Amino acid sequence: MTEVTGTTWNVYDANTLTQAEIYGRVLCDLAEADPRIVALTADLARSTKIGVFQDKFPQRVFNVGIAEQNLFGIAAGMAKSGLLPFVSTMSAFASMRALEQVRTDICYQNLDVKIIATHGGVSFGQAGTTHHCTEDIAIQRSLANMCVIVPADGWETANAVRAAVKRPGPVYIRLGRGFEPTHYENDDYGFEIGKAVTINEGTDITVIACGVAVYHAAEAAKLLKDQDGISVRVLDVHTIKPIDEEAILKAVTDTRRILVVEEHNVIGGLGSAVADVIAASGKGCAFAKAGLPDCYSEVGYPEDLYSHYCIDGDGIVGLVREVLHREFEADEDWEDEF
Amino acid sequence: MPLSAGDIKTLEAKAKQLRCDMVDVTVWAGGAHIGGSLSMADVLTALYYHYLDVRPEEPDWPDRDRFVLSKGHGGLGLSCVLADKGYFDKELLKEFNHFKSPFGMHLDGNKVRGVDASTGSLGHGLPMALGMAMGARFQKQAWRTYCLLGDGECDEGSVWEAAMAAHHFKADTLTAFVDRNHMMIDGRTEDVMSLEPLGEKWKAFGWEVREIDGHDLAQIGEAIEGAQAAKGAPTVIICDTVKGKGVDFMEDDVKWHYGSIDSELAARAKASIMSGTAGAARAGAPAAGGAS
Repeated sequence: MTEVTGTTWNVYDANTLTQAEIYGRVLCDLAEADPRIVALTADLARSTKIGVFQDKFPQRVFNVGIAEQNLFGIAAGMAKSGLLPFVSTMSAFASMRALEQVRTDICYQNLDVKIIATHGGVSFGQAGTTHHCTEDIAIQRSLANMCVIVPADGWETANAVRAAVKRPGPVYIRLGRGFEPTHYENDDYGFEIGKAVTINEGTDITVIACGVAVYHAAEAAKLLKDQDGISVRVLDVHTIKPIDEEAILKAVTDTRRILVVEEHNVIGGLGSAVADVIAASGKGCAFAKAGLPDCYSEVGYPEDLYSHYCIDGDGIVGLVREVLHREFEADEDWEDEF
Repeated sequence: MPLSAGDIKTLEAKAKQLRCDMVDVTVWAGGAHIGGSLSMADVLTALYYHYLDVRPEEPDWPDRDRFVLSKGHGGLGLSCVLADKGYFDKELLKEFNHFKSPFGMHLDGNKVRGVDASTGSLGHGLPMALGMAMGARFQKQAWRTYCLLGDGECDEGSVWEAAMAAHHFKADTLTAFVDRNHMMIDGRTEDVMSLEPLGEKWKAFGWEVREIDGHDLAQIGEAIEGAQAAKGAPTVIICDTVKGKGVDFMEDDVKWHYGSIDSELAARAKASIMSGTAGAARAGAPAAGGAS
């Protein structure tokens, strides 16, 4: 493991550590400075990689057993008592098993609880649909007060966890299982909640992505440039809520073709959030969403599943080519209205 | 120190007044959860007028004792107590249930001063109260946490998740009450979903269990003091109560889980409360400590 000392925080080599491991280490750093921070889990201390935190702060970890409703209820009560709970469990349980506690106990009361939802999407591939979660972005973004972040990789996870501490109120951070490829080279690229990162400039089409799809979108942009001479803008919209409307509408104006890619049902997730913004703007554009086509996921290695659902590099290349040929009603006066 | 005879007399008078307030608010609201508010009135009176260390003028005082109304539909009863304690003007309760009122049937802690947790959906209060108790201990603070559950609420699995964890974490500053009024919306608890032996269940989950007459202020006081002295385990006080307690035409009648009354019926209800004779109408009702 390569450890690098940053200006404020110890940062870690995202190429050798999983997202969740980085979460655990960043949380350790944050907890050094903030005595309010406690970590909760429901028999997933190992799977959610908070072991390093447990080693360092054994008194600050609360494992409630396999009882996710109680997990989030206790977190709400702890936040009420003045603590800053980080709750980690699998996204399926955080978003579905304990949804009402997340909604009513945490979001309705607007409490300072940070949820680290691991194994998002189909990242726990061979575990099957019960341990996949392709609904959580839709669910979580419909909860008032909730901030929803889907980091692209370990570096962005580190940034998201640090930013979540500074942001009052509930935050949902969706991670994969941890074996996803890394896009960023370090954590110093100006991460800000609610601000998309332009990771590739382009003029022909914009691919908007979150989570592991960001890496694949960047790969696809390179392939399309090399093979077709197509100029693809890639936006890492890591914050699903509050979403960066400005970056989305700029992409619509500049490229007029939008493809949204995410490891989620095509209903309700990032694609729908982007569509909301575009529809409300009154601007027409060619638009497509990639993800799971409103179905339950297949079993398999995550990379095979990403390929199956066209959210890997090759899949995105094919979709971009398709969207480039779509017709739409362009309003030539657009720019006048901006 | 046990409640004196004078304390008990004062608390009994206060409980009567609060029950009358609940009747008034039910009229203003156009309908309210009157039955379950009346059944828990004596426990609330003992807590808020003798045992809870709170400051109505400083509702967010960090060192206050916490109270979580897990049976959130008792919001009628709690709001009457909070108004009477001076958390807010009683006149505000004239808006109860009205458009954009801070007071709905289930109280919102971000809108109503003195409400330590927003509740309503059953099975949520005990986990939150446990989190508060754990938070207090973690921060080495001495305040205690009290949580009032409905008996029908004990059907919820999350209650038992929290019960198991409270024992595991030795949350001895947490005290739960079960308002055992033997009724839920669809009928008697033992007909809809049997709870008994309820005390044995809590015991099996590792709690100190006290079973009392939930309308006997001396017993309530003694049980709370026992809970405060208990070390190493949380305490549950199962309060045998009567739904609609104090109002002759409401007692032990499931239809008063939620009901509307006009001013004429309210006058009759208040007369019944003040006369203190309603219990006589309960022939055949369960005796204190027993199961129905």
